[in-house]
Amino acid sequence: MRRAATFLLLGVLPWLTFSAWAGDSVPKPTIRIATEGKCIAPAEEMRRNHMDMLKHQRDKTLRQGIRGEKASLNGCIECHAAKSTGSVIGHDDSFCQSCHSYAAVKLDCWDCHQPKAGYKATGVKP
Amino acid sequence: MSNNDRRGFLAASAGLGLVAIAPGVHLMQVAQARPAGEPASKLQRWGMLVDTAKCATGCDACVSACATENGINEKVADPRQAAQWIRKIDLKDPKNGRQHSLPMMCQHCAEPPCVDVCPTGASMKRADGIVLVDRHICIGCRYCMMACPYKARSFVHQPLTQQNPEVPRGLGCVESCTLCVHRVDKGQKPACVEACPEGAMVFGDLEDPNSDIARRIAQTATTQVRADLKLNTGVRYQGI
Repeated sequence: MRRAATFLLLGVLPWLTFSAWAGDSVPKPTIRIATEGKCIAPAEEMRRNHMDMLKHQRDKTLRQGIRGEKASLNGCIECHAAKSTGSVIGHDDSFCQSCHSYAAVKLDCWDCHQPKAGYKATGVKP
Repeated sequence: MSNNDRRGFLAASAGLGLVAIAPGVHLMQVAQARPAGEPASKLQRWGMLVDTAKCATGCDACVSACATENGINEKVADPRQAAQWIRKIDLKDPKNGRQHSLPMMCQHCAEPPCVDVCPTGASMKRADGIVLVDRHICIGCRYCMMACPYKARSFVHQPLTQQNPEVPRGLGCVESCTLCVHRVDKGQKPACVEACPEGAMVFGDLEDPNSDIARRIAQTATTQVRADLKLNTGVRYQGI
């Protein structure tokens, strides 16, 4: 009887309180995925490793000229750009911005890369 | 002969037929897209030949095509800060009044001074001779701009938002003509070459003796601008 009480006190109760606390008050990023289920890897792997995949690919593509790699920033945009804005940034629920502002990681990609899907740039003679 | 052998034999003989139709005549003259996963090869060297006799004074179709292709659309506060991917130059010999016009851009040197001076390795030459800036590691010091004898590089002074998805460019990095590397890798010609209404620009592989550009360079007198610097430029001019 005593053993059961100890188990309840040390094992189950903290777990219960923690899970209730985690579920209610920890803010989570809102992730909206426009096209689901077609990613190059499972979501867990993408969340953890997408930066390494993209960095590896960018060096191979730019410096060696290897095209058609599995990981590609333009590939991300095609699926993940929000239907309303056509972009992966710009709002707090935009695909890239939602997690990055949650994790306080600065997004440098979009200083140079185009965040809108299917964007057609115009040109003016300099 | 098993089915596999037969298939191999047919493929091999088809390949032979393609190569051996006639010396110097290829069925596939146009550059092909490099297969996915294959790196740029040292066996190729992309180059361009500009016939200044055909290049018309006042025409800037190549400059406009470059701007459209590469998403150059920002308004700069000072014209000295304008992008210099390609520009038209009018030349006049004061002694005899002879005039001609030509496009000037990155000459894609075999020995590029911009690569020599870059402190981070951002300025680089790809295996197939295309000189590029790796903006991921460019710190914007602009040494390469000073080193380039052709003034072919420029610096982006303001934030950009309207880039072409295939041509990333942005604040704080140096940039220059990429020889439309994103098109070349797909087997297309650079935008300026395609847009030239006079057909004054030829693009191709300098290492392939059967390419149009290599044959023309072998047959006619062509010039490298500032040949005295021995940079072995990939862009050649005819008639200057």
